[in-house]
Amino acid sequence: MEFSDPKVQLQIAYLLGGSMVVVNFALLYQSRMSSVINAFAIHATILGLAVAWQANVQNAPNLYITAAIALVFKALALPAALHYVVRKLNVHRTVEMVFGTGLTMMAGVALVGLAVMIMQPVTQHSGALVTIDLIFAMAVLFLGVLMMITRRNAVTQVIGFMAMENGLILAAVGVHGMPLVVEISVALAVLVAFIVFGLFLFRIRERFYSLDVRYLDPDSRIPQ
Amino acid sequence: MELITEGLIQIAQTALVLALAPGLTGLVRWVKARLLRRRGTPILQVYSDFARLLRKKVVVAHNASWLFRLVPYLVFNAVWTAASLVPTFSTQLLFAPAADLIALIALLSSARFGLALGALDIGTSFGGLGASREMMIASLAEPAMLMIVFTVSLFAGTTHLPAVAEYMSQHQAFLQVSVLLAAIAMVIVSLAETARIPVDNPATHLELTMVHEAMVLEYSGRHLALIEAAGSLKLVLYLSLFCCLFVPWGIAHQAATPLDILAGLGIWVIKLAVGAVLLAVLETCLAKMRLFRLADLLGGGFLFGLLSVILMFVFGSL
Amino acid sequence: MLGFVLWGVLAEGLFGVVAVAGRRVTSIGTVIYGGCLAVSLSVALTAVLFLVQGGAPANDALILPIGLPWLHAHFRLDVLSAFFLFVVGLGGAAVSLFALGHSRHPNKHYPDPTRILPFYPLFLAAMTLVLVADDAFVFLFSWEFMSLSSWLLVLANHREKGNADAAFIYLVMAGIGTVALLFAFGLLAGVEGHYAFSAMRGAPHTVALATAVLLLALIGAGGKAGIVPLHIWLPLAHPSAPSWVSALMSGVMTKVAVYGFIRLTFDLVGPGQWWWGGLVMAIGGVTAVMGVLKALMQHDLKRLLAYHTVENIGIIFIALGLALAFGANHRPALAALALTAALLHVFNHSVFKSLLFIGSGAVLWATGNRNMERQGGLIHRMPGTALAFLLGSAAISALPPLNGFVSEWLLLQGLLFGPQLPQWPMKMEIPIVAAMLALSAALAATCFVKAFGIVFLGRPRTPEAAQAPETDRYSLTAMFFLAGLCVLVGILPAPILDLIEPAVRLLSGETMAGAEGTNWLWLVPVDAARSSYSGLAMLVLTALAAVTLSLLIRRYLSHGVRRSAAWDCGFPDDSPSSQYTASSFAQPIRRVFGTALLAAREEVTMPEPGDTSPARFEVRLTDYAWNWFYRPPGRLVLSLAEWTSVMQRQSIRRYLGFMFATLIILLMVGMSWN
Repeated sequence: MEFSDPKVQLQIAYLLGGSMVVVNFALLYQSRMSSVINAFAIHATILGLAVAWQANVQNAPNLYITAAIALVFKALALPAALHYVVRKLNVHRTVEMVFGTGLTMMAGVALVGLAVMIMQPVTQHSGALVTIDLIFAMAVLFLGVLMMITRRNAVTQVIGFMAMENGLILAAVGVHGMPLVVEISVALAVLVAFIVFGLFLFRIRERFYSLDVRYLDPDSRIPQ
Repeated sequence: MELITEGLIQIAQTALVLALAPGLTGLVRWVKARLLRRRGTPILQVYSDFARLLRKKVVVAHNASWLFRLVPYLVFNAVWTAASLVPTFSTQLLFAPAADLIALIALLSSARFGLALGALDIGTSFGGLGASREMMIASLAEPAMLMIVFTVSLFAGTTHLPAVAEYMSQHQAFLQVSVLLAAIAMVIVSLAETARIPVDNPATHLELTMVHEAMVLEYSGRHLALIEAAGSLKLVLYLSLFCCLFVPWGIAHQAATPLDILAGLGIWVIKLAVGAVLLAVLETCLAKMRLFRLADLLGGGFLFGLLSVILMFVFGSL
Repeated sequence: MLGFVLWGVLAEGLFGVVAVAGRRVTSIGTVIYGGCLAVSLSVALTAVLFLVQGGAPANDALILPIGLPWLHAHFRLDVLSAFFLFVVGLGGAAVSLFALGHSRHPNKHYPDPTRILPFYPLFLAAMTLVLVADDAFVFLFSWEFMSLSSWLLVLANHREKGNADAAFIYLVMAGIGTVALLFAFGLLAGVEGHYAFSAMRGAPHTVALATAVLLLALIGAGGKAGIVPLHIWLPLAHPSAPSWVSALMSGVMTKVAVYGFIRLTFDLVGPGQWWWGGLVMAIGGVTAVMGVLKALMQHDLKRLLAYHTVENIGIIFIALGLALAFGANHRPALAALALTAALLHVFNHSVFKSLLFIGSGAVLWATGNRNMERQGGLIHRMPGTALAFLLGSAAISALPPLNGFVSEWLLLQGLLFGPQLPQWPMKMEIPIVAAMLALSAALAATCFVKAFGIVFLGRPRTPEAAQAPETDRYSLTAMFFLAGLCVLVGILPAPILDLIEPAVRLLSGETMAGAEGTNWLWLVPVDAARSSYSGLAMLVLTALAAVTLSLLIRRYLSHGVRRSAAWDCGFPDDSPSSQYTASSFAQPIRRVFGTALLAAREEVTMPEPGDTSPARFEVRLTDYAWNWFYRPPGRLVLSLAEWTSVMQRQSIRRYLGFMFATLIILLMVGMSWN
């Protein structure tokens, strides 16, 4: 196998992007909090690999930094922090879902199909790499939102948000990279968001003794 | 000349799948026992079990009909025929055109149909329980299997198994994310179809957990031997089918020298052994699922299959 | 040849009259059914002769001065109608043979024969007439005649609970269907009113008009065939009729409806839009899955079979939709493949569904009950019926090497080409539809394990089942004739494909690639390198191995059988009620699919400790079609009626006023029109 062969390069990019989508489904399927966090770590690792591969293919060394950020922060630091939060807050180990697994997964596949149908005509004149990349990015984005919608627990919503953000990065590196400054600022923004989320979690926990976001609804009817 | 080669390979394969099947089952059992730090029965034990069963007289319930006695032969031979049509060590099989991938799967459904009817024949509650659960699992597995067929057909442009094997070994199929997804779906479907953990437990006689075993409770002697042999053959079949679809390296192609064929044979046996060990590890790591959780598992298999088809469209349109 | 068919129709019409005239003669049933058998067989043979000649006299048409005085009746026999004539004739012949046998051994479970005999030949005649009609008038007339005669047959058992309701719903739905078809023909005829098919065929149609015709054809012909959500009458009406009439309605009349759909959309309207195919396929997929799921939940044997008709109609419509999509994208060879699958399934379904319905008729005759929970162990008492029913069950479950598998396999091969369509929605839809097809095939197998297993296997659950007598020789001959066809077409489909080929060529302009230079052993849809199938090779391999193996084992290893009590893990229970029942067999499936798709609600009532009342378990199923499509209009009509009933409580003076006002308004409208 020749790694400089453009076809092989394409296939590997495709494989990594596709794996991200698959891991996203794993995120949707998991029913235990710790597995969800681990799946997210895998998600971020694959993102790091995908970005690194793009850096290699596009000869863009600045992307290696992006990849490093993804690997260090998202694949190691964030999951560790989340594990800490879960332990500290002693939240339910099971993930509360709004719909059944089957229905959620089916909606997920439908969203991937939608992503394909939206991006296919738009990117017809760009290269194959861009098309595939954008399709996967869109799919990851959609699935992240789906995860946020279908979960009741605030921690899983945070993970859904992070997964969505991974999709954005995937989209950005596919279209020949975005400036490093933007990249770092996005990373910082995520970090800030994470801190805010963390504080937020501790606060609702103090208030309601639960992380169920339904408590935040003004007309929530859950007995406290 | 070619016809003779194909005929000889066909005969060899037909004999080999049958000869290797009990050994493979024995290997899985032995590895599982070793993983649990038990000593395990020798691998060849299964052969002598079959020999013993075949020599025993059959005990049949008073109200068994002719169907009950016909079913073991039907099941065994349908599975045997199917197993002999999967390209294992060579793609030159005389009867391969008799059934493509879809027809092969359907032939196995015929066997299952027969077995379920045999289970209902005596009119015991266990028979009905097994038949009903088995048919539910099969109904859920079938759409997932069809999605795998779709992926394979989209990728290789054919469902003729020798052609699929040749195409897959010439293209870097393992780099395709949709082929990978299809392989995952195939693992799930195979576990369901061969009645392994987490779908069914081949080593239990517990009312709550058994599916396949509940169906064959009333069989004995040579009948039981045939049905058990069909189970072993099914394991060989699904492992070989998996190898043929997703890891067809080393399989002897058209115009292969006898040496290639011998090499293919060796590689096939190694692949089977590796598959058996992996299966044993997987079974040891997993727990049997609750019956109604299976819908999630097999539905997940179906969705992986569907996802792989959709991704294959993306790839195919480029 | 057309003349011969028309003479046959006339003869069947005469049989109806003879049946009324000779109602006091004891052997009148033998005469009528024997006559129908002869006519149906000769119609089928005529059709085969016509098809073998490749439709040589291409314009086998007749114009007869009957009907309305200024409208002549057009008749024509082309390859499409000839193929369907073959199906109708074959089904009619087998069913008549069964009816012949049963009319000689009436028993107390049977309705008065004078309520069946006059209408049975008329029903056959009407179906034949629909197929040779060549103008809208004759078509609609015979279509309506077909509905009415079958309606009368559904009413034959009118005293049984529920039958009158079933017949009423059937009549209403048939009426709606005919109105839809009337509009469809009206649109095709245009303002000049060219009611002959030949004129409609040539005329150019706008897309909007053609689409309207498609939708109307779906309502009219599709509703008659039983597509979801217009299927609701079918599982009520088909089982209510006497078994042989059920066989005709399910096995044959639905095929005439499919013919109507094909004639309208493929022939008269001409090439369509790609999304028509998508629409028809989606409807077909939903119909297939819903039909089989509902079938699984039944414990009335005949209703189960009727729901399976819904499923198979779904499969046929998937194939027709695929053909429409390929045709609209100018892929005639692939359209031919899909059409071949559709027509082959039409033939196959007519064979095995007739077989299964007359098999259920034999069971009903023997035990006096359609409820599966009251049967069991019939394989010992009725071995012939059991074998034939088993073959039919395996065939309808799409198991190789029987015929049902061949057509579903061809359809799947066609679906595998689906992603080659350029439209993205179609690409996405086709795998899902294919999965629905696979699911419905697998569920059909489950359903027939249940049907055959509960009725024929196990231990008898009632004394009637324990004493059931085997059915008569005529009926057995009819069943084995059909079962033989299931096996024969399964292993050697080539002759039937040859009969289908001219019709496919007519509709798609091409022929299935593999059908050329037909190799009678291998079935090759497109290319031998792509896929091939041989039921014969499979059967021979399996059977040879089975025979040698059993001989070897018995010769050298062990032989003989010892009879003993059942093992059942050491706790065999003598009571036959400890067996699995039809509803317990279906419970896992109900649990998995039921709540979402069937709105199944289970209710368990456990008495308090100390209370001696029995525990109860109830399952309630609702059909979404009723809730969504029929209840709302029903309520609307009722409230409208309530509202207009004010009009019925007025004085004479007011009524005179209303009439005068109406007259004035009409006059004014007439004035402004000119």
